[in-house]
Amino acid sequence: MPTFGDLKLSRRDMLMGTAATLALGNAPNTASAQDAGVSGGAVALAAGTPSLAKVSFTVNGAAHDLNLDTRTTLLDALREHLHLTGSKKGCDQGQCGACTVIVEGRRIASCLSLAVMHQGDAITTIEGLGTPDNMHPMQAAFVKHDGYQCGYCTPGQICSAVAMLDEIKAGMPSHVTADLEATPQLTNAELRERMSGNICRCGAYSNIAEAITEVAGSPA
Amino acid sequence: MAPIKFGVGHSVRRKEDDALVRGKGRYTDDHAPQATAYALMLRSPHAHATFTIDAARARGLPGVLSILTGDDVKELGGLPCLFNLPDNPFKAPDYPILARGEVRHVGDAVAFVVAETLPQARDALEAIEVEWTPLPAVVGVVNAVKSDAPQVWPQFPGNVLFDVPIGDKAATDAVFAKAHAIAEINIVNPRIITNYMETRAVVAEYDAKRDHLTLTIGSQGSHRLRDILCQTVLKIPVTQMRVICPDVGGGFGTKLFPYREYALAAYAARKLRRGVKWAADRADHFVGDAQGRDNVTKARMALAEDGKFLAMDVDLIGDMGAYLSTFGPYIPFGGAGMLPGLYDIKTFHCRVRTVFSNTVPVDAYRGAGRPEAAYVIERLVDAAARKLGMTPDAIRRKNFIPPRAMPYTTATGKVYDSGDFAAHLKRAMEVGEWKEFPKRARAAKKQGLVRGIGLASYVEVCGTMGEETAHLRLDPNGDVTILIGTQSSGQGHQTAYAQLVSEQFGLAPERVHIVQGDTDQIATGLGTGGSASIPSGGVAVERATAKLGANLREIAADALEAGAADLEISDGTVRVAGTDRSISFAELAKREGVDPAKLATSDKFSSADGTYPNGTHLVEVEIDPATGKIQIVNYVIVDDFGVTLNPLLLAGQVHGGTMQGIGQALMEQAVYDPQDGQLVTGSFMDYALPRAADGAPISFETHNVPCKTNPLGVKGAGEAGAIGSCPAVVNAIIDGLWRDYHIDSIDMPATPERVWMAIREHARQHRL
Repeated sequence: MPTFGDLKLSRRDMLMGTAATLALGNAPNTASAQDAGVSGGAVALAAGTPSLAKVSFTVNGAAHDLNLDTRTTLLDALREHLHLTGSKKGCDQGQCGACTVIVEGRRIASCLSLAVMHQGDAITTIEGLGTPDNMHPMQAAFVKHDGYQCGYCTPGQICSAVAMLDEIKAGMPSHVTADLEATPQLTNAELRERMSGNICRCGAYSNIAEAITEVAGSPA
Repeated sequence: MAPIKFGVGHSVRRKEDDALVRGKGRYTDDHAPQATAYALMLRSPHAHATFTIDAARARGLPGVLSILTGDDVKELGGLPCLFNLPDNPFKAPDYPILARGEVRHVGDAVAFVVAETLPQARDALEAIEVEWTPLPAVVGVVNAVKSDAPQVWPQFPGNVLFDVPIGDKAATDAVFAKAHAIAEINIVNPRIITNYMETRAVVAEYDAKRDHLTLTIGSQGSHRLRDILCQTVLKIPVTQMRVICPDVGGGFGTKLFPYREYALAAYAARKLRRGVKWAADRADHFVGDAQGRDNVTKARMALAEDGKFLAMDVDLIGDMGAYLSTFGPYIPFGGAGMLPGLYDIKTFHCRVRTVFSNTVPVDAYRGAGRPEAAYVIERLVDAAARKLGMTPDAIRRKNFIPPRAMPYTTATGKVYDSGDFAAHLKRAMEVGEWKEFPKRARAAKKQGLVRGIGLASYVEVCGTMGEETAHLRLDPNGDVTILIGTQSSGQGHQTAYAQLVSEQFGLAPERVHIVQGDTDQIATGLGTGGSASIPSGGVAVERATAKLGANLREIAADALEAGAADLEISDGTVRVAGTDRSISFAELAKREGVDPAKLATSDKFSSADGTYPNGTHLVEVEIDPATGKIQIVNYVIVDDFGVTLNPLLLAGQVHGGTMQGIGQALMEQAVYDPQDGQLVTGSFMDYALPRAADGAPISFETHNVPCKTNPLGVKGAGEAGAIGSCPAVVNAIIDGLWRDYHIDSIDMPATPERVWMAIREHARQHRL
């Protein structure tokens, strides 16, 4: 493996270098995007300190103003800065779904999204889905159907399931939807395909499917 | 008395659930004390290399608090291997906390960086200068035992740790020489990467005033970790360390072990006199945690003309990886004892070889040797049936150990106490509509699809971890608290133990509290492994509850001025039977003049003889010969778990284990590049895990025969699903491929590519 020791080049320098190359490479859109996002950081970087940016969004109805290292993911902003540790870091690569949160009604992998991209957004995490005395129907259904064992993937599964049902209502097709013109139905195949971004290593998929089906109000 | 609503046998919903569905679970990485520093591990990019390391520049970077290299921690002890051979013990190679001068697998640990923030730790990690000199590496047991193979350890020529026989070779050879027929299989049990959703993590906090460390670790048991870390690695008294296990996001065996990062975080916290936190990312997990399975086996069965098994001969090689993990060599050695399965096989021999390779160490993964054994015998039984033209069910029935033969001592010395194997086979075939299978196969054929149906009747052994102790106390409010050294990582222990108390006291589960995973609160503990928590810990809880009940009766007899024999306990109250004279637990707890010692009891149990859960998995698959894609269309399980404590929890365990087995059978495999030893499957993009769409419709029921070796009659259930599933799935696939193409073997994982290639190869040979 090459080391950059002699070059005194860090990962951050590499990214900056890449940005500069793109800017020089006659790619106006990229250059302007980089200017907007990173130019403020260039000065700070020279001093060896993180590049900070302000961002405001609401989480579970509460407004937050944060001043974050621009590299901070939405997941880290929630966990490390707002101490909402319900959203889990399973892979930090968008491949397991444990970090799923709902942003403006859509489910996203919060580990693949920078916090500063969410200016003005309304974000819902597992902590915002229902209250101690009044659980969200999806939470209640997961309890009833034993839709988990260790519980680590559960916040992501539940957030994903809630938003997934809205996607079906909105008529969004999936990989297994046979007819793209017709309104998709919540069949077991549709449900399992649409939930396949959320890994459960305890293997509680059948019970998860039953829980979601019950909430959707259709037979399993 | 009316049945206890929350007692044994009821689907009591889990006490754990409320926090978990709200995002209020507390896992290690959720624990972030003030002023904690962040740590990262620098790992080897080479499978085998010598190296020099210079961290001087990295140490000068902003925020860097400490960089530990092998030289800095050379006074620390290494990680121990807790297994050795009874005869001719080996001397395990050093497993240092950080490699010094030479690395032996990709991911081997070379430096531990601690900084004020995680980004600063990342920058420092990249600034460490390492000069690598790559050496030839060896991957895979078949390569490792070749005469010209690169050597992982100079003191183990040929890369062999040990090569030992089990059973009687001469007698076995003699039976084989006279056999009517011999069935033979050559199979691979691929390497598995655990991939619990919660990666490992540790938070080490240091109290300078007391020179005391508190480690929060998501593990499968706090006491063994503390003892090894203190006594073997850090060389400090165990009184200077407390280990706490909070919620644990899956364990599956490989979270049981003491890992390097725990010792390094403790060492750094003590040195820096502040908290240190390390949390693995997914890439760390793929190369930094022990992996599972990885056997290559040749097995033969000597057969009589009527299908009777006369003798079994096995040659198995288990990959240890580059170092010996905690129980590493025990897994193939101990597993070999279960190779005869459910069958009456009088003559047996197995050659067990364990070998080193330049790969991540291998250790216990859900089942730990028993799934490997069950896979061998159940594949071999089907091969024997094909050899003799018998059906897979007939040859099994012919050779099953009958209930009247119990207790039955196998040729490997295991004593099966109970079980009715033909009964669960029969029931599985009824539920799976075995008789009508040909009709379904014909219908599939019309669609251009190949159907296969397969069986696996398995037996495993569990509960043999040793003695577990439960402490019970009556709280001042009349609730009961259990302290026990097992460790839940998702099984629902809190609920199961609470039910055992409810069974005797009629207390609602909400009034029974469980303390696990804290070495300061609990005196001893084995942790959780080998499906032992209920067979050992459960019995201890049951007995301690009975003792507490006796004490409460005694106190109540005094209070109610009645004879203890006339008293009964229900709903958390002691009552004079048939009257309304009663005293509540809360009143008993507060009653003046009561000896406090009477309000706390303990008892222990060792399920030394083991329990032998068994059952039949029946699988039906549909194979698309055009793509090689396999669909599981029916999955039936009939298990014997002795006594069912909680059907809800039990079904969860069985489903989950089965999903892991389906994953192993169809898609999971750790692939190392044979040339340079790189782990090719190092992320979820490359290592396929079963997802929701891969789930099968599973029908599960029990055919219980109470276990005779523990008073609860239970047999361990945590691993069974992972044991019966692999052979059942693969036998079903081979059934279909054999009927249509005369293909008699396919290795796991039976990926579409592998199945398609097998069918194409058949077609090619057919043309020639």
